[in-house]
Amino acid sequence: MSATTVSPSTNPAAPGAATVPARVAARRIPTSRLVKVELRKMFDTRSGFWLMSSIGILAVIATGSVILFASEGSQTYDNFGAAIGFPMVVILPIIAALSVSSEWSQRSGLTTFTLVPRRGRIIAVKLGLSVAVGVVSIALALAIGALGNILGAAIAGIDPVWDIPLDQALGIVLANVLGMLVGFMLAVLIRNSAGAIVGYFVYSFVLPPLSMLLASSQQWWEDLQPWVDFNFAQGNLFNGDLTGEMWAQLGVTTLFWLAIPLAIGLWVVRRAEVK
Amino acid sequence: MITVDSLTRRYAGFTAVDNVSFTAQPGRVTGFLGPNGAGKSTTMRVMVGLTAPTSGSATIDGVRFADLPNPGLEVGVLLDASAQHAGRTGREILTIAADTMGLPRKRVDEMLELVSLTPSESRRRVRNYSLGMRQRLGIGTALLGDPRVLILDEPANGLDPAGIRWMRDLLRGYANQGGTVLLSSHLLHEIEVIADDLVVIGNGKIVASGTKEELLAAAGTLARASSPRDLAHALEQAGVPSTLAGDGSVRTDADPARVGAVALAAGIALTELRSAEGAGLEDMFLALTAETQREGVAA
Repeated sequence: MSATTVSPSTNPAAPGAATVPARVAARRIPTSRLVKVELRKMFDTRSGFWLMSSIGILAVIATGSVILFASEGSQTYDNFGAAIGFPMVVILPIIAALSVSSEWSQRSGLTTFTLVPRRGRIIAVKLGLSVAVGVVSIALALAIGALGNILGAAIAGIDPVWDIPLDQALGIVLANVLGMLVGFMLAVLIRNSAGAIVGYFVYSFVLPPLSMLLASSQQWWEDLQPWVDFNFAQGNLFNGDLTGEMWAQLGVTTLFWLAIPLAIGLWVVRRAEVK
Repeated sequence: MITVDSLTRRYAGFTAVDNVSFTAQPGRVTGFLGPNGAGKSTTMRVMVGLTAPTSGSATIDGVRFADLPNPGLEVGVLLDASAQHAGRTGREILTIAADTMGLPRKRVDEMLELVSLTPSESRRRVRNYSLGMRQRLGIGTALLGDPRVLILDEPANGLDPAGIRWMRDLLRGYANQGGTVLLSSHLLHEIEVIADDLVVIGNGKIVASGTKEELLAAAGTLARASSPRDLAHALEQAGVPSTLAGDGSVRTDADPARVGAVALAAGIALTELRSAEGAGLEDMFLALTAETQREGVAA
């Protein structure tokens, strides 16, 4: 009924008592705040900033090059997309990898993981942000490519050729997201920036030609390749219109080359020592 | 209050922390001492959840660090001032920490001022910071959330004399207000000046712990006489083991009253008789860790 029921004996700030003032019970850090902070951390270093900027810059350069150097006949949306796509395949996985591995390589994890000791939350946020950055980047690249296609066609005085159907565009997005996840997976597994990046290049640019070489000389490997070679299976995504068998091949290779190592990495990263 | 209970951390082949138990009390500065590789940093990393213990536990006011909802507001941690992304500015590092804890941005400026980093210094990247500046930034990060417990690993490293004095006053004031401070250091003089309680660790085991007065008193008695050899002999006759130090003094574990009585009975005039406290922390440290030093790490 009135305020007189408050007991004075519970007052922790008794005069002369050498106690730190009592405080309101802290609340759990909301995930939205972690998302904001982790997004900020992707941009707030010089390397991070230029890595992110380079997505846009390289897309513009690639588009410009197609307009300038490609013959009239090859000024198609598909070719713009391919020119822009290649730098993306390299940069996006590096962004995903660095977001995790730099916590160990730059040792900032000592602060990050003492402020948020539930590492799984941070890692999950980084994973989500990596995928989001990948999707946004590809959308941006396709938009820049579309502008280039219109501009190039106008300069050449031809009708722009729109030869990327929706399913192919989605395939390109999916392929890039898979690439980013490979970078992310290597980062949680290796927890070292240089190691993760080298690992990604081996994964994506060293193993595929070796596989191709083997396939060209060995019949048994050529038969096996679509079911074993992750890159080979992903390649279909860039062409669009996958058959059920191709999806199955993609699923099988993704399971072994990405999903299983990623699961191991996520398990390890939550327990690994941060030094 | 920090409570470490039977904490053990084993690595393949060796035990870095071996059944360590101690507490750090509120209102007191607890110094954590030990030779290189004794397990200080590993113990501190376990406390804040960066390293998983093999067995045992460490709690902050009875709660595991990882279970604190927003640890930055309760425990200030500085384990390694150089462990920051070299490409971030000092201000950015504080801003990220403040955002994570959900603190207003003005807290960043308050901290920069508290640790005496100028606005222009705060906009430089950490790769261009001296070790002392990194320590200041690290202390600022630890204090940002106004925590009631501080865990600091070698915070005085790299600070200039004025900086060391500043930090000593800061930690003293913090403990006097009821805060709990645990700090490790190799700078024995620093610890001797600031710590109320000491925990000494060697080879992963606690070799001594208690208040500074207790531990330093345990260092025994120092006596001088015109003939130290006679004094040592008299003590031996009386059943008091003693050692003759190179500087002509006689040291023993017995208390000064006993030494005085023995000297009087033997008719020896003492020229000096006091508690060996003056010998200080360094002697105690070397004596307590002598065995572990010989075992390996010491150079």
